[in-house]
Amino acid sequence: MKYGVGLLLVAGAVFSASPVFADARQEAKSQVDFGVNVALRGLWREAIYRWEKAVEIDPTYAAAFNDLAVAYEHEGQLDKARKAYEKALEIEPNNAQIRQNYELFKEINDRASQKDK
Amino acid sequence: MIVRLKRTSSRLALGVFAAACAVVAIACGGELFEVPIETPIKAKLDVSAFQRVLVAGFVAGGNDELDTNQETVRLLRSQLRSKSSLRVIDADPMTLIDVAKDQNKAAAESEASAARVSDREVADKTAGQPTALPEKIKDQKDLEPYDRLFANTAYWKRIGEEYQNPLIVTGSVLFAPRTSAGFVTRETEVYDGLGRRSVIPTRTYMERKGFVLRPKFVFIDGRTGATISSLSRSEEVLYNAQQTTPALSSYFELMDRIVPDFLGTLSSQKIKGTRILLK
Repeated sequence: MKYGVGLLLVAGAVFSASPVFADARQEAKSQVDFGVNVALRGLWREAIYRWEKAVEIDPTYAAAFNDLAVAYEHEGQLDKARKAYEKALEIEPNNAQIRQNYELFKEINDRASQKDK
Repeated sequence: MIVRLKRTSSRLALGVFAAACAVVAIACGGELFEVPIETPIKAKLDVSAFQRVLVAGFVAGGNDELDTNQETVRLLRSQLRSKSSLRVIDADPMTLIDVAKDQNKAAAESEASAARVSDREVADKTAGQPTALPEKIKDQKDLEPYDRLFANTAYWKRIGEEYQNPLIVTGSVLFAPRTSAGFVTRETEVYDGLGRRSVIPTRTYMERKGFVLRPKFVFIDGRTGATISSLSRSEEVLYNAQQTTPALSSYFELMDRIVPDFLGTLSSQKIKGTRILLK
């Protein structure tokens, strides 16, 4: 059992150090960077396009899912935002920034989905 | 000499390791960007068929210091004027308690006369019984008999015709004093032997008083008199028993919490906030 876990960790480390992974992350990162730059200029649709591409290239990139969730939230696509936040937290459960974003999002989402009595 | 060399090389190794860690942290840690966002929230109710809104009035009670009906009508109208696309109709707030009493009286009389024709004995038992309204509204239970008024489609259709078929906002509002006693957790400042300050949570027994606000907003289609939707909320505020807070300021404090939900029912809103983007 101990060896199995160790083997998995080693395999993970080898994979993340492998050129394929590094290339994917690098490519995804350039999309994320571009997305952040355009989002800071208010071009949220373009940012969504870039971040969607980033998570497609590297589905283990928590920051890309976080940014995508923020953009969906800004566009009022709350279901998509929730899924993206949840995916980001699944990848990095201890990331304080993602958790903070998600908590703030939940407040709004709860308010929006409150049923009429 | 050898000892000093060993110490120097271990310090150097530590320095190199720290520098490497910093480089890795910068490379892996990514950057943060705080961005302002505005989340659009769709209105819960489709009011596209209406251009005008009539905040008619409310069955209100629970407090003698305040005319809750008038204050609620005034507040909702001013909020709708500034935060919705509907045109707000200016009219005197209706005193719905009187309307409900008149309707009840008329209903009881017609019931009694109908029964008198068929069976005098039955009339004695039924007249006025199912329509009894409380003299004074003190709590939520006293408001329940007034619900019949909001279901009176003929009445609301007539009101709708009078104001050219607007969306009608009406309902009930209970604003009542509330007292509570029990243990509450408060933060207390403490100083240790060295004079250092810290804040610790302590549980203390407190008597508190305040108010509870329970509005029920009823949205009526002025063209048909039928209820489209309703929204009920309940909020309360409690203060230290020694503190004197005017009823009106508590009323506004509580309405501040409720009004966003009310507006969210009728018009789409944009909620401002900030989020963190990561690289």
